[in-house]
Amino acid sequence: MAEVTAGTAPEKKKKRGRPSAVRLLMNNTLAAGGLVVLCLVILLALAAPLLPLPNPDVTAPANRLQPLFAEGHLLGTDALGRDILSRLIWGTRVSLAVGISATLIAAFFGSLIGLVAGYAGGRVDNLMMRGIDMIMAFPYILLALAIVAALGPGLLNALYAIAVVNIPFFARNIRGITVGLSRREFVDAARLSGKSNAQILFMEILPNVLPVIIITMSTTIGWMILETAGLSFLGLGAQPPQADLGSMLGDGRKILFTAPHVSIVPGLMIFVLVMSINLLGDGVRDVLDPRLKSGALSRPVARTAVTRTNVPDVRPKTGTTLDMQGLKTEFHVGGDIYKAVGGVDLKLKQGECLGLVGESGSGKSVTAMSIMGLVPTPPGRIVDGVALLEGDDLFSMTDEQVRQLRGSVVSHVFQDPLSTLHPLFTVGDQLVEAIQAHQPLSSADAQKKAADLLAMVRIPNPAERLKAYPHELSGGMRQRVCIAMALANDARMIIADEPTTALDVTVQAQVLSLLATLRKEHNVAILFITHDFGVVSAICDRVAVMYAGKIVETGTTDEILSAPAHPYTSRLIACVPVLGEPGRRLDAIEGRPPVVNNLPEGCAFAARCPKAQPDCRSGEIPLAEMSEGRAVRCLYPETKEPIDA
Amino acid sequence: MPEALLEITDAERRFGGGRTLFGKSLPAVHAVQGVALDVKKGETMGVVGESGCGKSTLARLIVGLDKPTGGTIRFDGTDLVAEAKADPRKLARKVQYVFQDPVASLNPRKTIRTILEAPLIHLRGFDGQKREERLRELMEAVNLAPEFLDRYPHEFSGGQAQRIGIARALAADPDMIVLDEPVSALDVSVQAQVLNILDRLKDEFGLTYIFISHDLSVVESVSDRVAVMYFGRIVEIGPAKEVFARPRHPYTHLLLNSAPVPGRKSLIPEDTNTELPDPYNPPPGCSFFARCPRGTDVCKTAFPPLDQTDGNENHRAACYHPHGDD
Amino acid sequence: MGAYIAKRLLAAIPVIFGLSIIVFVIMAMIPGDPALAILGSFATPENVEKLNRDLGLDKPMVQQYFIWLGNMFHGDFGRSYTLNRPVIDEVLERFSATLILAGPALLLCSIFGLLAGIVSAVRQYGWADKVITFIVLIGISTPSFWLGLLLILVFAVKIKLFPPSGMWAIYGGGDLPDLLAHLTLPALTLAVVATGVIARLTRTSMLEVLRQDYIRTARAKGISERRVIYKHAFKAALVSVVPVIGIQAGFVLGGAVYIETVFQWPGIGSMLVKAISTRDILLVQGGVLVVATAYVLFNLIVDVVQTILDPRLR
Repeated sequence: MAEVTAGTAPEKKKKRGRPSAVRLLMNNTLAAGGLVVLCLVILLALAAPLLPLPNPDVTAPANRLQPLFAEGHLLGTDALGRDILSRLIWGTRVSLAVGISATLIAAFFGSLIGLVAGYAGGRVDNLMMRGIDMIMAFPYILLALAIVAALGPGLLNALYAIAVVNIPFFARNIRGITVGLSRREFVDAARLSGKSNAQILFMEILPNVLPVIIITMSTTIGWMILETAGLSFLGLGAQPPQADLGSMLGDGRKILFTAPHVSIVPGLMIFVLVMSINLLGDGVRDVLDPRLKSGALSRPVARTAVTRTNVPDVRPKTGTTLDMQGLKTEFHVGGDIYKAVGGVDLKLKQGECLGLVGESGSGKSVTAMSIMGLVPTPPGRIVDGVALLEGDDLFSMTDEQVRQLRGSVVSHVFQDPLSTLHPLFTVGDQLVEAIQAHQPLSSADAQKKAADLLAMVRIPNPAERLKAYPHELSGGMRQRVCIAMALANDARMIIADEPTTALDVTVQAQVLSLLATLRKEHNVAILFITHDFGVVSAICDRVAVMYAGKIVETGTTDEILSAPAHPYTSRLIACVPVLGEPGRRLDAIEGRPPVVNNLPEGCAFAARCPKAQPDCRSGEIPLAEMSEGRAVRCLYPETKEPIDA
Repeated sequence: MPEALLEITDAERRFGGGRTLFGKSLPAVHAVQGVALDVKKGETMGVVGESGCGKSTLARLIVGLDKPTGGTIRFDGTDLVAEAKADPRKLARKVQYVFQDPVASLNPRKTIRTILEAPLIHLRGFDGQKREERLRELMEAVNLAPEFLDRYPHEFSGGQAQRIGIARALAADPDMIVLDEPVSALDVSVQAQVLNILDRLKDEFGLTYIFISHDLSVVESVSDRVAVMYFGRIVEIGPAKEVFARPRHPYTHLLLNSAPVPGRKSLIPEDTNTELPDPYNPPPGCSFFARCPRGTDVCKTAFPPLDQTDGNENHRAACYHPHGDD
Repeated sequence: MGAYIAKRLLAAIPVIFGLSIIVFVIMAMIPGDPALAILGSFATPENVEKLNRDLGLDKPMVQQYFIWLGNMFHGDFGRSYTLNRPVIDEVLERFSATLILAGPALLLCSIFGLLAGIVSAVRQYGWADKVITFIVLIGISTPSFWLGLLLILVFAVKIKLFPPSGMWAIYGGGDLPDLLAHLTLPALTLAVVATGVIARLTRTSMLEVLRQDYIRTARAKGISERRVIYKHAFKAALVSVVPVIGIQAGFVLGGAVYIETVFQWPGIGSMLVKAISTRDILLVQGGVLVVATAYVLFNLIVDVVQTILDPRLR
């Protein structure tokens, strides 16, 4: 249907040929380093009984407080003359075991609570989560202290205490994910496939929650080791003669000034251990978190990067608002290059409405968003072409120049009016900001102008509505606000990206007729992106049809609808049911559009085209002019002569 | 005339409501209210309406994913609501469902084989050999190569995913399939593929469809009969040809005039800017009154019954002043 | 807004009620006879029985709880047998010392965490981001009690810039500069971990927000990039960071247990540790209850701030 954002289409296809999770992890040097260190530490701890170490608990008062690198004691001895190296390795063993067990216990019970509460919902959920909230109402360590106080000091009790206080962390995390998953359609689908609740919870939902459990574990295990060490440090964990890293540190503290190494060494070990776990945990999270995997957490910069190798020399024509030639926009994702737009020319005269029509992935939105540099970089970049706005090339301007044109000469209306308005500012604030960005008006004047704008888009009670937040308005109202914002500074061109797709038909009709009226009143040019020929008929003077990043046909709306020349256009029109013609046979277009990182040679539509000839599959097929303002990119067009409508 | 396969009488679904611990009543919304609908064996019943009109809630009531707070739903003579409670699997063998978002309706961590096997195991009780056979038949029925069985959902396009969704519904060998906006998430060129497959399968397997959509042209092209919903109620029902050619309810009129049609130069929008009434505080009479150009005082008194006809008993509108009467 | 705050306050009552039950149950779980522990060598059978009666320990659990709760309500938290003074006096005195330590620490970690997170997000994958990310990772991997010891060694023993422990100088002092000198090292140590957590979260939230459609809208309006980031993006990111600051307050309060022990700060944390090892149960329960209640109230404030920030929650 509609492109959600410019970047999603190519990213979705990236999963094919994705390197394995382990290889991804190894590519992350920090995570790999963490893994190596952690493995070394674990090996050392596991091998403790095999290593030629002195007994860690044998005291030798004569040998007390040997310094580092002393004879026979690489790391010296402690206040009772015990070998620190031996104690360190045995202590690491204990700390690791305790930390891992506590994590497993917390993960098991927390995840179970989260899964059940999230899936059951209602009263069960309420009851369980109130209980969890109760535990969370205690400051973290305080509850652990209280539990140790009740059970008495001891390593095992410290382990239980740390596990219990971490259960809410897992429970809340997992519940959140489970609630989201339980409302997904595949859960309903499984129910309709005859699966029982337990089967759905553990066979459908759990596999989707598992990565989150692992991420949560990998990010908390370091923390748990720290906390158990902390309790031992306070003397509430491991009791002598048993020692973990925390209790060694606690013992050493008393002689900090005389023999600092006794406390510094075990502390360093805790740090190395936890740091390596955290580095690895971050790496695991990067690999498993779908948002990070899809590059979703990369920050798009203010303007699309322009990396043209040569700047075409184009002389501006007078009378055109926008003259774009040879636009190429690419997405660089991993090693792949997605040629989302592969050489597009667009001309838009003052007051004219041009419809840019195509299916999702055809590059229509990317084309439109490239004009003012709103394609997200990374991963997008403009690699070729010029876009002359009233004679000046937008792609060679400075960021500041482009900023000044945005919202003043060229403004935008986007698809989903809820997500395109800032949820935390009132409609009035957002309008006033748009006005003041380009006009030196006082607050009061800007407020007044904002109210006038709302009145212009026929919103009743404009002064009152200025105080409303976007979520308090209906979809149609919100889109009117967006249109008002686009007209705040007397724009000469509006780029409208599927502005009515998210709206109901009756509301769509209202918004379209409002746009049509305002266009005439303000003599503003509109670049209207849509997938719907019905909408095109209602508002556009001319149409350009896009397929696989190129314009395949352009002409007036009447010409294209009555006598489409490109086989794709004609089939696209033929396969859509038309109101009032229910008996019409729908000729489906078999196959699917090519992926833009692997475009075939010649015509991109050839594979689906019933008229394709061998010469359609080689060379560059030009956009041939048929008559004034009418062109088609086809060697065997449906009509040679344009039919006058 | 064939028997009614599905009979819905006075169905109601209320969300919220009830009382707090202190006896204060909570706000309630009627998503579906007083809906009566008969669907005959072998026909395609189209349900149209805009977002929030209750059409998806109605769909979920029919397949048992949600339970009505009032009224009855009978399928082939048996009470669906009771059956859904007693043995949901029995219901799932009769009525199946195709979802709006094809990708979201497939578990991303399961292969197509596991997804399609589930109804065969749990609903049909097929063993290994028979299952394998059936899987191939199903894939063939929706024009997909059997090699796709061992792939994961993310490897499929929207159109292919929706065909898998249809295959899963077919796997239960149901009598009726509820199609909830089955093509609205798809690209236009793919919509026709899916619509054509649905059309063929209906004949092949002797199915009955309830086709729910906001897209008037799609509903017109597939339906034998159409019900138009507004604000939780059916406001007009009748043979598709009649409803689209001679709409009686002013709302149906407005819908048809608002729909963009290739070649239609301008849309005729309503003058007023009113939108849906507040669901927490519905108006006493006809819910369309505030937007209606034909309304009079009588419209404010009570919701008009769905019994206004112009001679044809099958074509009824819930309006005191329907089109065609003047 | 006023009505909302009142509603939230009312909702906090059952939470505090629940807290008291948990504390009561935990304390009741303690094995052994508290009377025995209290009386120590004076524990003759008659004395034990008398004390049990005095403490109400011969009554059923539920009744005991309500007697206990009633006493709490009147500010009667019992008497600490190790200190031989009313628990409430000791707890309040110690708690105010903890607040003096935790308040500045929370302020520090909020400021530095937010700043580091924003810079990190805005310079994503730049050297500033890499450096901050690494430092933050070191921060959350360092045991705070060990860091405290290191700081004492370096800044109190080697350089002698700050006093190594305590809240006030033993001779003289007692003024603000004296307090600040004693406060610097422990407050810094306490802030380190929470800073890291807040910085990481701010970075993720900022990155998430910066990809939203409304940020594209803001840019399409032609407002300056600075305004896009610091007004539009930051406000939206705060909505998810503020609750975490609330949770971090819990970590700071809890972390104070270690820091107070390391720096011998006379706060409630070090009091609790001592009370646990001497099995001064009344002192433990009083301390836990006061800190937990304070934490609940703090989170109430966080909730209110959250609602002010996000109109959708109203």
